[in-house]
This record gives sequence, C-alpha cells and structure tokens, in this order.
Amino acid sequence: MEPGEIHALLGENGAGKSTLMNVLYGLYQPDEGEILVDGRPLRLRGPSDAITAGIGMVHQHFMLVPVFTVTENIMLGAERVRGGIAGFLDRRRARSEVAEVSQRYNLRVDPDAVIEDLPVGIQQRVEIVKALTRDVDLLILDEPTAVLTPQETEELLTVMRSLKAAGKSIVFITHKLGEVKAIADRITVIRRGKTVGTASPEASRDELAALMVGRTVRLTVDKAPAAPGEPVLELSGLFVDDDRQIRAVDGVDLTVRAGEVLGVAGVQGNGQTELIEAIMGLRPVLAGTVTLAGQRIDGWSTKKVLRAGVGYVPEDRSVDGLVKEFTVAENLVLDIYDRPPFGRGLSLRPDEITRSARERIEQFDVRTPSAEAPVGTLSGGNQQKVIVARELSRPLKLLIAAQPTRGVDVGSIEFIHSRVIHERDNDTAVLVVSSELDEVIGLADRIAVMYRGRIIGVVGPDTPREEIGLLMAGIIPDATGGPPDAGSVPDIGPTATVDADPVAVTDADTVSGSGVPATTDRDVAAITDGVAPAAEGTGSEDEKDR
Amino acid sequence: MSTTAVPDVAVTPVGAGFWSRTRKVGLVLLALGLLATVLFGALATGEQARFTLSEDAAGAALKVDGTVGAIVFGLITLAAGGTMFTGLPRQWFIPVLAVGLVAFVLSFLCWQVSAAPAGQNFMPLVNIVRGTFLLALPLIFGSLAGVLCERSGVVNVAIEGQLLMGAFSGALFGSISGSVWVGLVAAAVGGSLISLLLAVFSIRYLVDQVVMGIVLNLLAVGITGFLYERLMQTDAARYNSAPRFSNWEIPLLSDIPVLGPALFRGNIFLYLALLLVLVIHIALFRTRWGLRTRSVGEHPTAADTLGVRVLGLRYRNVIMAGAVAGIGGASYTLALFSFTKNMIGGKGFIALAALIFGRWSPSGALLAALFFGFADQLATYLGAINSVIPGQFLAMLPYLATILAVAGLVGRVRAPAADGKPYIKG
Repeated sequence: MEPGEIHALLGENGAGKSTLMNVLYGLYQPDEGEILVDGRPLRLRGPSDAITAGIGMVHQHFMLVPVFTVTENIMLGAERVRGGIAGFLDRRRARSEVAEVSQRYNLRVDPDAVIEDLPVGIQQRVEIVKALTRDVDLLILDEPTAVLTPQETEELLTVMRSLKAAGKSIVFITHKLGEVKAIADRITVIRRGKTVGTASPEASRDELAALMVGRTVRLTVDKAPAAPGEPVLELSGLFVDDDRQIRAVDGVDLTVRAGEVLGVAGVQGNGQTELIEAIMGLRPVLAGTVTLAGQRIDGWSTKKVLRAGVGYVPEDRSVDGLVKEFTVAENLVLDIYDRPPFGRGLSLRPDEITRSARERIEQFDVRTPSAEAPVGTLSGGNQQKVIVARELSRPLKLLIAAQPTRGVDVGSIEFIHSRVIHERDNDTAVLVVSSELDEVIGLADRIAVMYRGRIIGVVGPDTPREEIGLLMAGIIPDATGGPPDAGSVPDIGPTATVDADPVAVTDADTVSGSGVPATTDRDVAAITDGVAPAAEGTGSEDEKDR
Repeated sequence: MSTTAVPDVAVTPVGAGFWSRTRKVGLVLLALGLLATVLFGALATGEQARFTLSEDAAGAALKVDGTVGAIVFGLITLAAGGTMFTGLPRQWFIPVLAVGLVAFVLSFLCWQVSAAPAGQNFMPLVNIVRGTFLLALPLIFGSLAGVLCERSGVVNVAIEGQLLMGAFSGALFGSISGSVWVGLVAAAVGGSLISLLLAVFSIRYLVDQVVMGIVLNLLAVGITGFLYERLMQTDAARYNSAPRFSNWEIPLLSDIPVLGPALFRGNIFLYLALLLVLVIHIALFRTRWGLRTRSVGEHPTAADTLGVRVLGLRYRNVIMAGAVAGIGGASYTLALFSFTKNMIGGKGFIALAALIFGRWSPSGALLAALFFGFADQLATYLGAINSVIPGQFLAMLPYLATILAVAGLVGRVRAPAADGKPYIKG
C-alpha cells in the first residue's frame, strides 16, 4: 500500500477478503506470515494494536452499539475522561471532536442522534468518522456498498476521494466491479484465499470477472417472453408491522399473474421481508387482503397457505429453510411428511422418503454424499437446491422466492434461475424478491420497486438500471404531463401523494443519464453482484463445508 | 429533469389501533378505581383511619374518615383511569399511572385501617417505612448485583446463592474474629466466590448462564447447609454469634418527621445500599467504566474492535456483583439474625424480579425493591390487624408485577442486547 492510495480487494463471497482484513485489524491471529508497516514487521495482538499502528476498519456489519448516541459510539475505547481514577466521561470534548472531524471531511452527522434511529448510510458515515477520530492512516472498508442505495454509494465514493486527497490510504473490499473501476488505483483479486492477480482499473470488467470467478460464466438468464394469464396473487391495501411493531409494509397493492415473474427490487430492509412473511402467514396482516386465485388467504396458517399451492424459498435458508441437523431426505419432505406416500397414520415411511429423495437429488443436481447426509454439511448452493427441490415438487399456483441465490456459487445460481423460469413457463405465478438488482432484472417480466414499505413504481425489465436505482432510493422521476394514473401506486393518504404513472416511469427520456458507475454493466454484475449484504457469513461457510 | 423524493411521512395509521397500551392500562385503572370506590367504600367504617407520624401511637397523625377516604381515593384512581383511557401525551403515562395506583393503595388502606379491631385503627407510618427499607435491603443489594452482571452481558440467576454465601461467611468469620468489619469483608469475599464460579463457567467455558446460576444457587444452599449443621450447630457460640453493627444516628437528618426515625437511625447496610445505588448509577452512565460496561452488554463485538477487553470487563463486573450481593447477605447476619439454613428464602429471586421491573437500571431497581419491600411489610401489617385479606396475596405482588412488566404493560422493558450471550472471539 502506498500513502494516499485506494487499493481495491476484489473477490467473490467467501474468497477470504474479510478474513484477511480481520487479521490486518488484529481481530484474528495469522497462522503464518507477517505484516509489514513502513518496512517493519508488525505484530497485532488485538484491535487496539492496529489502532495504535494507524489502521482503522469499517466492518461490513457495523460495529455500532444501537442504543448509544453517535458520540458515545465514537468515544468508546478512546474516552476522554476527567477526575482521575473515577474516569468521568468528558462528553462535551468528545462531541466537539466529532463535530470537528465531521466538518473537516465533510461527513455530516448529528453527534447526539441515537444509532438505531439512523439510516444505514448515516450509520456508515458514523463508522468512518469513528475511524478518522482515531487518526488512522489506513482505512479498511469491508463491503461498504452492500447495504447502500446507488445514490448513497455515489456519496461514499465522493467521501473516499476526499479522504484520499487528505493523504489517507484506503483498502476497499468489494465484489462489485463497477465501483472498483470507478475509484481504485490498484486492484488485487483474491480467490479461495489466494491472491490470483493484480490489475489496474483500466482492465475490462470481463477480465476482472474472469480473474475473480476463475472461469468465464454465462451471465444472462435465457427466457422466452412471458405469457401472463389470470391474476394468481392479489395484494390489496396490505399493512404489516415488523418485529419492533414499526410499520414495515405500508399499503401495498400488487398483482402477480400466472406465467409471469414479478420481481420486487429494493434496498434491503424496505419491507420486502415482512411483505413475504405476511403472504405466507408468518406475520399478522394488520389491514388489507391477500388473495390467492380468487380465495382470500390472509389470516390462514402457513401450513394452509403452503397446501393451497404456494411454494416458498425463504430469505435465510439456514434459519427458515432447512433443519441443518436433519438429513437431506428429511429436509426434502418437511412440507409433506404427513401425507401419503411419506406418512401413514402416526408413522413415517422411511423407504418412500429415501426413494423420493434420491430421485430429487438426481433431478435437481444436489451434490451430496448421500441422501442421509445432514443438510448442514452441504455447501450453500446445494442447500439452496434442496429447498428449491422441495418447494418445486408440489403442484404450485404461486412460487415465492426471496433472495433465491444469496450466498450461492455461480453454477448453482444458473441452475436455480433456470428452474424458476421453467416453473414460470409451467404457468405458475412467480414472485421473486431480491436486493440484487441484476437478479431481479434478469429474472423478472415486471419489476416492482419497494421503498419504505411502499411499491413506488412498477416498471418493465428493459427499464434502465439508473432509473430503477433512483426508485430504490425513493426518487420518482416526474411524469412528463398527463394525469396521475392510480393503476400502480395506491394513493395512500394526503401525506404521500405519489404521482407515478407506469408508462411515464418507464419512459427513459425522463431520466438523467448520470447513472451510478457501479451499476452500468449488467452482464458481469449479474454474477459478481449476485450475493447480498448479509451473505458473507454463509459464503465463508461454504468454504468450510467443502 | 425534476424528481420527486418520497416524503418522509409518518406511517399511515391502521384502524386496529384503538386498543393501544394506554387504553388497556386506562381500562385496568378504571376497573381498580371502581372496585376501590364501591367495594372499599362500602366495606370501610366511619371510624377514623389514622396514619401516625411518630413512634408514639397517640402522637401526631394524619386522620381521615374511613369511608370518605376510601371513596375519595377510589375516585382519584377512577379519574386517573379515565384520563388515560381518553388518551394523554406519552410523557404523562408513568405519572398518571403512579397517581392511580397510589390512590388505589390509599383507598385500600383507608378501608383496612378503619375496619381494624377497635383501638387498632391506626397505621404507624414510621414502622411501615422502616420495615419497607429493612425488607428491601437484600433486594437492593441483590438487584444491584444483577445490574452489574447483566449490564455487561452475563445473566445473574445466582443472586440467591451469592446472598446466602455472603450471609454465611459474614456470620462465620465475624464470629471467629469477633469483628464486624472482618465479617463484612468475608461476606463480600464469600459472594465473590460464587460469582467467580459463575464467571469462569459462563465466560470461559460457555456454560449456559441460567443453568449455571441455578446450579450455583443449589451449591450455595448445599455448602452452607452442610457447614451450618456440622460446624455452626456444634458450637454456636463460637461459630454463629457474630457481632452486630449498631445503628448510627445521623444528626439533623434523623429529625425529619417519619423519614428521620425510619431511615436515618439505621445501620451501615441501609446507608451502604443507598450509597451504592447512587454510585453505581452515576458510574454506569457517566464514567468510562460505565460506557464500556454497557457497550459490552449491548454489542461486545463492537467493543472488541475498539480495543475494549470484553472478557476481562465481564470477569471484573461479575466478581464485583458477587461482592455487592455478599454484603447484602451480611445485612442479615451482621445486623439482625444469626445464620440459619437457607435463610435468604428466595429473596435472591425477588431481587432478580426487581432488576427486571427496574429495567436494568440501579435507580429503577431501588424503586422496584422498595415497592416489593412495601408489599412485604404491608402483608405483615395486615396480619397484625387481623385483616380479611390474607398476607399471601401481597406476597404474590412482586411476581405479578414482574410478569406485567415483562409483558410490556408498564413501558417497554428491554434487556441489554447481549445479556446471556457468551462472547466468542472471532
């Protein structure tokens, strides 16, 4: 690393980027090898050594105490105190330091705001200020853009440039090629824990992607035009709260037709999870209706919803999708274990379960030592295939897939995508929720963008990415004349008059060309961006499993 | 090109919100008020209910006609319930609730005192206040021990054991040395030993903290019970007759009516408890130690990345908690009674309840402990005046109150986020 350099560390999920940086930050101890700073070897026994050596890190999952204020979070570990041994906190001085640093680098934060009330973009800013108040020379940013909207990402890149101008070095960890090309001075690509090459930002995306993945991959999803039929899922005026009793879904109307894929795009945490859980009967519907093929299903138990012909690939497979300790065969019948031929009276029929499991392992290309292997020992991609196999083995009217390829290897992504399209072609209605825009664009026949619990626009799959990006940030390009159409966006009250006309929104002319560099190359990004924020853990787990 | 940002509107209200928490609590208060006004009013007699202000039963007193008092206080509760039911600003919730509940208790007392056997139609406030604090003492120490532990992320179910061990070692070493101060130090050490086991097993060996706490309680009962029978009972004069702290009268303050004689003629433990509440409260929210403790209890990984020694801090706090609880145990054996088998009798668990009811804050825990102490004292008083209300009903109060608190009826109760979760580095 040179002073004043932005060095990008590029690699797929589970490639070992975060682990490497945690070693550099003193959180993990290296088994072998050494770290050189200014030519001298450095031994880090813990993060405080790293901080002393001038190394700061912004973690992928923010290291902020949610119930503390910004100032408290920033002062923690490096408190200014008065009163000798008693150590009374000098809050005033800490606050003025925060204000000073945030002014110097133009990072606006309110020193007295409580972290849990702040949006993620601001929380990240707090993390950066936290590192800067510790006088670091080298700042490590671990997947900083995973949870940001394209606009917030752009702001972050600006901040990075100004830090660079101030002489700070930055290690920028990411798997998004666009961002790397936009900002990095040098690029190191890591795969499976090894440096596989360095590149300059002039290298083409394809070269970088090939380095990162190790082989050339097909990135688009092949599909025929959709032939939408009758509406299968109809949501009308849906209101749902999250676990903290805060409104998460705020008046959603949505229709999914047979034989089409409706993609829900949006930055994580805008109500997508709660929306899906409400449909599945996993979360109470406060108001509004959910209709499946003409029948109201809100208030039904999840079991009843599943048996009415709904397939469900949950967002977090290890928590909601599988029982890790159970075998592959057992996991494959979790939905219908009590139905013939798998169950009879009070007993299960293991032969039938095993026989059918073998069939489906074959059919869905699940790479497992045997049908009796605990599902937790499989790689992430194969675990996901087990879920897909289970859900697609029932006759479905509706398939709901939430983050279907999160933390999944490239080969499995292709397979899962093709199965989803295959299901669509069998006249099933498909609802795909993904925080990866490229996945949504690749799969969907129509795209609904969710922002703060509302659908703020429904657009076609050919809509420019920049426009969808703006929608994800809650910015609606103004309709160029014509009365607002109530079709796609419900009028939810006087405070939120959203004049969005689906036709006008899709009209590319109304959108400025200043897109986000990170998100212009759809083809490559479809795999490189193919994994969502929280997936790093699952990704490295894959590593372990193999 | 112009763009429209979606306005940051408050969420759209949904019709189902009629039965808000305020409404539900208001309804409960209305029911209590009705009960007080009608039932207590009807059962109360025209006798004067006297609340005496000094130790002398015939001395100065607050007087009120029983029936009138019961009805008037009942109406106050009704009014509080009504106000709450029709809706009121957030910040008024707790004060109005407090007024309603206190008025209900007063209405109840007017009935009870006025209906007491002839000649006993008075309630000695000094005794009641003194008894409340006395009964609350082990709860205060115990819940402070809980605060220290749980704020740094270790669940302390072993309070009972720590109190018991403190009481035992205080009695034993106080007797052997003949010095109250040696006894006090020994009590702190005894409590810390139980804590040390809790710390080692839950922090180092990642044993489930609740299970470990329960095991330690049983261990403390076993060890002290065994040594009591084999050692103390063989020679009580030598091993179980610890000297006792005498009462210290604080000049000036002890002359305050009611509170003076009740609070400022007490023993060292009472003063120590109040002082500790103050000190821990300030330390927790104003000092470096407090900030780090709270960060370790909320988000240990974040603290670790900033160079805070998570495990070290947890060890230290858990052991300090044991010392505090140990001193609490000694408030029995070095001031009131000689040691008997299992003499804490579940107070440690009520202290745990006080900790939760007090929302993991030292001052909250103090208030909760006093409330529970009052319930306990009231039960004794009702027994003394042959009340129709069995004292056992009041003995249920701490648990009932805790269930209500945990159920979220009295404000949101939120434990430290990492409470009970072992921290594994990396």
